[in-house]
Amino acid sequence: MGRGAGFAPEARHKNFIASRSTGIISLNRPRSQPLNSVVTPYNRAHHWFVILLACGTLLLIVAGALVTSNDAGLSVPDWPTTFGSLYRIPPMVGGVKFEHGHRMVAELIGLLTIVLAVWTWRAERRSWMRKLGLVALGTVIAQGFLGGLTVLLYLPPAVSTAHATLGQSFFCLIVIMVMVTGREWMEAQPIMVVERHRPRLRTLVTLAAGSVYLQLILGAAFRHSGIKLLPHLISAVVVTVLLLWTITRILAEHSAVPQLRRPARALLILLLVQLGLGFGAYLTRVEWGSVAAQPMLSMVFATVAHVAVGALVLATSVVLAFQVYRHTSPQAEIVVAHPASAKVVA
Amino acid sequence: MNKKMYVASLLVLVLLFVAGCGKKEAPPEQATAKPEAAAAPATKIDPATVATVSGTVKFDGTAPKPQKIDMSQDPACKGANETETVEVSNGDLANVFVYVKDGLGNYAFDVPKEPVRLDQQGCRYHPHVLGVMAGQTVQINNDDNTTHNIHPSPKDNREWNESQPPKGAPITKDFARQEVLIPVKCNQHPWMKMYIGVVKNPFFAVTGKDGKYELKGLPPGTYTIAAVHEKYGEQDQTVTVAAKDSKSQNFTFKAGAGGAGGQ
Ligand code: HEM
Repeated sequence: MGRGAGFAPEARHKNFIASRSTGIISLNRPRSQPLNSVVTPYNRAHHWFVILLACGTLLLIVAGALVTSNDAGLSVPDWPTTFGSLYRIPPMVGGVKFEHGHRMVAELIGLLTIVLAVWTWRAERRSWMRKLGLVALGTVIAQGFLGGLTVLLYLPPAVSTAHATLGQSFFCLIVIMVMVTGREWMEAQPIMVVERHRPRLRTLVTLAAGSVYLQLILGAAFRHSGIKLLPHLISAVVVTVLLLWTITRILAEHSAVPQLRRPARALLILLLVQLGLGFGAYLTRVEWGSVAAQPMLSMVFATVAHVAVGALVLATSVVLAFQVYRHTSPQAEIVVAHPASAKVVA
Repeated sequence: MNKKMYVASLLVLVLLFVAGCGKKEAPPEQATAKPEAAAAPATKIDPATVATVSGTVKFDGTAPKPQKIDMSQDPACKGANETETVEVSNGDLANVFVYVKDGLGNYAFDVPKEPVRLDQQGCRYHPHVLGVMAGQTVQINNDDNTTHNIHPSPKDNREWNESQPPKGAPITKDFARQEVLIPVKCNQHPWMKMYIGVVKNPFFAVTGKDGKYELKGLPPGTYTIAAVHEKYGEQDQTVTVAAKDSKSQNFTFKAGAGGAGGQ
């Protein structure tokens, strides 16, 4: 099957099934096809647009965190209007500065996501990618509604926590899109690594990324007064152990593979920073901040940074998980370290 | 194609549903419940026999220093910039809400027609603690050159959150059920906090700087008097008054404690 053949809808469909059935990459694919780039050529403009959107989304997470840390969520009581108007910008003072600022950045990201969905639909020939564009659009719309809902319901912990969680999930989704639209992912052949230890890397990295996701839900639930801090602290220990285990395994045994080494290193640094910021958030919010007359600057700084770096920890661990799946075989052991002649035993 | 249409219409449905939920919760204009006393067989108070309970609320120990407030977020905000959480002068504790919690049986009380006022001035609430009867109107005024939002977070009453433009028209509200104390907040100016005590009877007072309170016009009987402070919690005391009695009943709140230590 040459490149042109990929336009046939059935062919696209078959590829999708094949890649789904074996994880992220398919070893069963005919050798003549470069993996994961069957039909879509690298599109530089599209890739950079997704990068821009990812950066914008991180900014949006910061803007959203500023609203919570400044206790400004209800400073604008109405939604989707702001003080009765859909377009008029109110005086940006006090809590309104944060709440309406967050709404404006969110609307911009919403618009960019529409562009993303349309562009991806037109430019992509990988059908799962086209769907991912639509999923991103659906997520951003749902996220907007959750944000509005939480204002109209006076910030119930469950809805606010869902809004925080979905926001981080959206960021993750966009970062995944950055990765899979990258030149490396689309054109390079994965190097299959040889694993010598159990648990397998796939198991480790899945648990690690999953635990980070749970960790951010627990953090958000505490932040929105849904639960106590203790579950988040216990979970932080689990997250730290799983991440360090995964990271040390990769750096010790697979550091020759840059696609694994780079996210592993980044994750190590982010984890350390995040633990420090978590400690700072605890001191400023819980120890010193509980009787404060108003949100203190140090608390706002520590908590907002902790939320933003939390998003980076999550996204990086998911990127690492994807790369691990791409560079390891779904079967137990691999004897040969190159895909061209990869044979699977047992 | 069909599948796509299906997914799209599903998405639209979900969104409509979510939007619908949001609308449903949008605050209805009027609180519906009437004061519960209306149902009970009413006993009238004989004005010739009424008694008075009064006293002072004291503070034992060193009061925490009032915290500084930073109003620089909003140039329209200028005013006293210290918190009013614990206001102690000469050992007297201000801003304590004192009311008859129990013992009034079947007495019926008319809800006063005139509203109580809550003013926003210099990005502060005046007063810091407000008493009102269930069903009585609270009139909220904004004397400031900035927008405020008023957000009470009650447990037993309906929650609401409304904004009031600079020097905007007064907002009138009432609270249907007894609830002591409802925290009220402005999210534009996160230092703005106050408390509302809603009581079914007219026997309530808020201590001033001298720590004094007075409950007048009580029919003879035995009552539980509660003193409630936003930080130090509640203290209850029982007092019995005969016709035309004038009884004194003091309360003492201790530094660092949360409610214990009545006398
Ligand atoms: C292991 C890595 C950790 C991750 C990935 C993480 C992640 C998060 C996230 C994402 C949030 C905010 C959720 C939201 O509102 O969107 C949060 C909140 C919080 N976390 Fe962590 N956390 C970690 C470790 C810690 C540690 C070790 C501590 C304390 C020593 C801590 C203390 C807190 C506190 C106090 C909050 C609430 C902040 C606030 O009230 O604004 N975290 N965490």
